[in-house]
Amino acid sequence: MAIKKLAFVIKSLPYKTEASRLAMTHAISSQTVEIYLEDGDNVEPVVCFIGDGVLNCLKNQATAKHYDITSLEMHIKNSLLLDLKVMICKEDLDRFGIKEDALIMNAEDLGGETNALIVPYSEIQKELDSVNHIQMF
Amino acid sequence: MGKLTMGVFPGLVGSLSLDFSVKLAEAAVKKGHTVDYWVSSNATMLSKKGQRAFKDYSTLYKTLEELFKTGNFKACACEACAESRGYHKEDTMEGWIRKSMDWYLASCFDADRVLLIGGE
Repeated sequence: MAIKKLAFVIKSLPYKTEASRLAMTHAISSQTVEIYLEDGDNVEPVVCFIGDGVLNCLKNQATAKHYDITSLEMHIKNSLLLDLKVMICKEDLDRFGIKEDALIMNAEDLGGETNALIVPYSEIQKELDSVNHIQMF
Repeated sequence: MGKLTMGVFPGLVGSLSLDFSVKLAEAAVKKGHTVDYWVSSNATMLSKKGQRAFKDYSTLYKTLEELFKTGNFKACACEACAESRGYHKEDTMEGWIRKSMDWYLASCFDADRVLLIGGE
């Protein structure tokens, strides 16, 4: 009986490649991983946005309108709805001049109760030190 | 001996990252380790049967066929990624399985090492 922590670190721009979407969909798939594991075993994902990756967290993405595909915004909201831990690097937001009100911080409109966390990189590093496996996207 | 889980994303043509991942898997299996090899995104084209060898392009399916024979190598393609690219079950090379992403996370659960290749 064990919990393994997996970090999904997103440093890629949204939509330029499939990388950040893959990170989100893989993290969200943790919700059904138990079908492959022994009773009591599970994985616990944590999603960290750093560098250019913080741009994935901007509100009001309109990919459904322009490309007829789901947005990263919806994936981030779904992850918050599922109570995944989502961390956004404060220094990188400052670098872009992005304020909290421009970001997807919760999934309240879907009934979610978990908020994304804007934290200094040192907090993200501490989190990464605590996980079993780190994957960079 | 240990278990290595690899998540691989780049396509068969266009970079050598996929070649590197297969070579790494081969080296690990030769050393006696077991390898779970997950392909997602464009890397799902590696699971397509009927690939032909050309000198200008990588020919990885032959190595995969040998790896499958060892019994220490499992390869799984993301079903949604493959379907979205038009690679259907009947197009899949022998030895491969097709699952959703939770298969990969479950493999990570008991892996000694996890390597993600081509997430960029």
